[in-house]
Amino acid sequence: MSMIVSSIGQGLLWATLGVALFLTFRILDFPDMTVEGTFPLGAAVAVTLIAHGMNPILASALAFVAGAVTGLVTGLLYTKGKVPILLAGILVMTACLSINLRIMGGSSNVSLLGKTTIFSNHFLESLPKYFDSVYVGFIVIAVITVLLVLFLQTNLGQAFIVTGDNRVMARSIGINTDNMTIMGLMVSNGIIGLGGALIAQNNGYADVSMGIGIIVIALASIIIGEVVFGELTLNQRLVAVTLGSILYQFVRLLVLQLGFNTNDMNLLSAIILAICLMLPQFSKALHLNHVLQKGVAKYDAD
Amino acid sequence: MTQTKTPLLALHNIVTTFNAGTPNEVTILNQLNLDVYEGDFVTVLGSNGAGKSTLFNTISGDLPVTSGTITLKEHDITHASVEKRTAFLARVFQDPKMGTAPRMTVAENLLLASQRGQRRTLRLRHLKSNLAHFKELTATMNNGLSERLNTATENLSGGQRQALSFLMATEQRPDLLLLDEHTAALDPKTSEELMHQTNLHVTEQQLTCLMITHHLDDALKYGNRLIVLDQGKVKFDVRGQAKAELTKDKLLSFFDTIE
Ligand SMILES: Nc1ncnc2c1ncn2[C@@H]1O[C@H](COP(=O)(O)OP(=O)(O)O)[C@@H](O)[C@H]1O
Ligand SMILES: [Mg+2]
Repeated sequence: MSMIVSSIGQGLLWATLGVALFLTFRILDFPDMTVEGTFPLGAAVAVTLIAHGMNPILASALAFVAGAVTGLVTGLLYTKGKVPILLAGILVMTACLSINLRIMGGSSNVSLLGKTTIFSNHFLESLPKYFDSVYVGFIVIAVITVLLVLFLQTNLGQAFIVTGDNRVMARSIGINTDNMTIMGLMVSNGIIGLGGALIAQNNGYADVSMGIGIIVIALASIIIGEVVFGELTLNQRLVAVTLGSILYQFVRLLVLQLGFNTNDMNLLSAIILAICLMLPQFSKALHLNHVLQKGVAKYDAD
Repeated sequence: MTQTKTPLLALHNIVTTFNAGTPNEVTILNQLNLDVYEGDFVTVLGSNGAGKSTLFNTISGDLPVTSGTITLKEHDITHASVEKRTAFLARVFQDPKMGTAPRMTVAENLLLASQRGQRRTLRLRHLKSNLAHFKELTATMNNGLSERLNTATENLSGGQRQALSFLMATEQRPDLLLLDEHTAALDPKTSEELMHQTNLHVTEQQLTCLMITHHLDDALKYGNRLIVLDQGKVKFDVRGQAKAELTKDKLLSFFDTIE
């Protein structure tokens, strides 16, 4: 039972990544690799600040800001520097590896043992085991989802969507598509940074290598949501990402019960996603091949 | 009475060059001059590669000019951004895929286009309250579009898509409308219908319009002015009565002189 609660909690916390990736992979329609750098960046920023005694909510907010600034760099490289998006993301992600080590004072792992985190308050500690992450995860993902749904219904949000849908048309009706792209990358990476901060606090430490493989996990939650729930409106699809993220954690739990260990997870996640990509009817329904191919094309080539 | 009207759009000595400074340098528009007046409905002819689309891309700001000036309502817009120019300019492209957002619905596309050239803010969009208006608007096209307001545009026929693109370009009255062979990708019947609707809308709304076409018949039939682009310049320019009296034979013999 507690394993299931734990999986739900993890699913809710990791859903931040799925939702963030949805903005770039699905709405803007391109792969943003920066997130493998911004996730540990958010963790490093929050953990380091908390270790120095900062309020954990403020520290998490600053992790969002750090992620957003990193997204800005990728966005500028892509839109102004005309660097292909895949490469722009990889460059910034790689740079983050060094920056994260700097932030964490040169050590590859910083512990939060004995520090006050978002999870250390009387109410959360009074809950049964693992319910704290369910509680925090639910509030965070609910707030993010509601804000995004509202945003997408605004004129600016619609301009953002149309930028991913038809860039030429968006420009022809006066939408500055560069700005929309940069905004999407900033918000997406900001949310990833926040996710990194939350998950690090939940784990009790930040580790420089914690970003490895997160794209596959986040994509898996998007795709599981799409496969399980089928045709949905955009708003429903956003919610489906969270459900997909929880389902992914259940799959993970199942796999672990089968005798695999956590070290095998990246391999298994990759295999699951690879199967999705290889089945032609799957990949056609999921637009994934198209998105991945697009990532190696030059910015204006579409 | 002797006062000369100022043009809505004035292109002065426009030069547009591709691959400047490289061995592949080509000059497409070469000292081109063109004045377009309020209410002009100009059909634009020219052989393939004459630079008709380049002219439009130059006017819209998608291509920078190498030299020359573009003036709109006496404002110099030579270096204004594409986004800025959309405040007064609307376009319909030849490719039906280019003019509409495929995964968004007809109504969503129309709503987006109704704010052409305006700042997009965090105000909630009001899709529902616009549906009745959109229904009326799309019904004018007589092609079933009004029954498909909530359909993603990728599921429309090419003709419906182009009709939608046209409505999107004109629902918020542009000072200048650019149509680049907007019926060329359609079958003859659909093409003719859209051309007919185009003419109705342009004349009823008294739009100022430049329309590229490769059909001499259409160029003769529609509009009050006809120009021919050749070797980077406007080589032929007739308006009003002279345009009305122009025949296909005369036009063909003119084309013979420039080839
Ligand atoms: N981006 C470009 N780079 C180089 N040459 C181009 C480019 N775009 C168009 N051209 C060339 O400019 C000429 C005019 O093209 P265009 O304006 O599209 O002609 P059309 O009159 O058929 O619309 C053609 O010879 C075309 O090959
Ligand atoms: Mg052309």
